[in-house]
Amino acid sequence: MNLLKAGRWITALGLVLLAGVYVRALAFTPIERTQGVAQKIFYLHVPAAIWTETAMILVGLASVFFLFLKDPRLDRFAEASAEAGIVFGSIVLTTGPIWGKPIWGTWWTWDARLTLTLLLFLMYVGYLLLRGAVTDAGLRARYAAVLGICGACLVPFVHLSVIMFRTLHPQPIILKPGPPSLPAEMLVTFLLSFGVFTMLYVGFVMQRYALSLLREEARHA
Amino acid sequence: MVEILRHGWLLARKDLLVEFRSRTAILSAVVFTVLVLLVFNFGRDPTAVAAVDLAPSILWVTFTFAAVLALNRAFQLELENQALDGLLLAPVSRASIYLGKLVANLIFVAVVEGVGLPLFALFFNVAILPVLGPLLVVIALATVGFVAVGTLFSAMTARTRFAELLLPVLLLPFMLPPLIWAVFATAALLAGRPLSEATAWLRFLAAFDLVFVTLAFLLFPATVNE
Repeated sequence: MNLLKAGRWITALGLVLLAGVYVRALAFTPIERTQGVAQKIFYLHVPAAIWTETAMILVGLASVFFLFLKDPRLDRFAEASAEAGIVFGSIVLTTGPIWGKPIWGTWWTWDARLTLTLLLFLMYVGYLLLRGAVTDAGLRARYAAVLGICGACLVPFVHLSVIMFRTLHPQPIILKPGPPSLPAEMLVTFLLSFGVFTMLYVGFVMQRYALSLLREEARHA
Repeated sequence: MVEILRHGWLLARKDLLVEFRSRTAILSAVVFTVLVLLVFNFGRDPTAVAAVDLAPSILWVTFTFAAVLALNRAFQLELENQALDGLLLAPVSRASIYLGKLVANLIFVAVVEGVGLPLFALFFNVAILPVLGPLLVVIALATVGFVAVGTLFSAMTARTRFAELLLPVLLLPFMLPPLIWAVFATAALLAGRPLSEATAWLRFLAAFDLVFVTLAFLLFPATVNE
């Protein structure tokens, strides 16, 4: 299975490069003045967070198109993307508290972004649970698409309800109007890390996609 | 359009009639609601936390659990003797089926809430009468949101393994935004603050209802068509 092999190679290369990014982040990128070494987790946390949300958006889009086109490839992609999204979500939800403890003095706070991420995470765990609970493939794809679309429509409402909480979370410094407000070395490290996470996402999705294809073939054989 | 409404009402009446003949589910749901209220009474330290501070949370946690419990029933009813297949073969549109289930569920949950609300006022000594009108609007708007999403999801979970467990897992994340607004609105009302403070939350609740009722009507056919 070429796709599976390619996915494995991309993931392995991504992991090696991730180690490289961390060598650069720890040894060759300046230490942030107020946060100290704790800021280094930024190079892991933010790319993972961006890919968590992107993966979820892609699940929603794939779900919408699936209901119109009934193409099983879209359903397989949605499943793979949700699985990858959960992996990145776990990274965000573990690195966040590790950073929060020394900087905020608390592991967890019911802050807007934390709540949003946790809720999205739980929603997509539910999505995979639903997929696991339906045995018929056609039914599973349609159910998952319905839930995926509802999930995508819920996101703006969650945003609405959580922006009312006061936020402790640092404001965006990269994805915001205007140029990024961080030193060039840090930006380069961040962009390298983002590239590596993109590779990991692609590698994960390719592997899971290939796996669900194999699973289907095994069932028909 | 008139056809859809008429068929929807017929289906809702059928569900309610089935319910009224046996009364098992509605009685269980009411008793469950009373028990949750009791659990809340013993789950707090009365010397440390005044009931009125906790009142909005008590009310909404109780209603959330009661709604989840009630929603499990809607499509489970149709599993016996392949009743759902019969329903799908009947010359009624998918929209009518969803509408019928939605209305029946709304009435079911409303009855449970109708019993729960006075008991909540009684047990926790909360003066709800002065704000009864606006409070009922909050409850109605939040309930429509819960039940619209819940009816759609229960159509899916009823035909899976672990339906009773899966529905709350899928539904609770969707109940959280309306729950947050309903709690804020209820807290403002019970604290006797001006009505204008609650209107922003009411608008959010109405927007949520509008989006998810529309979405559920659009998506429901995908959950039942073969």
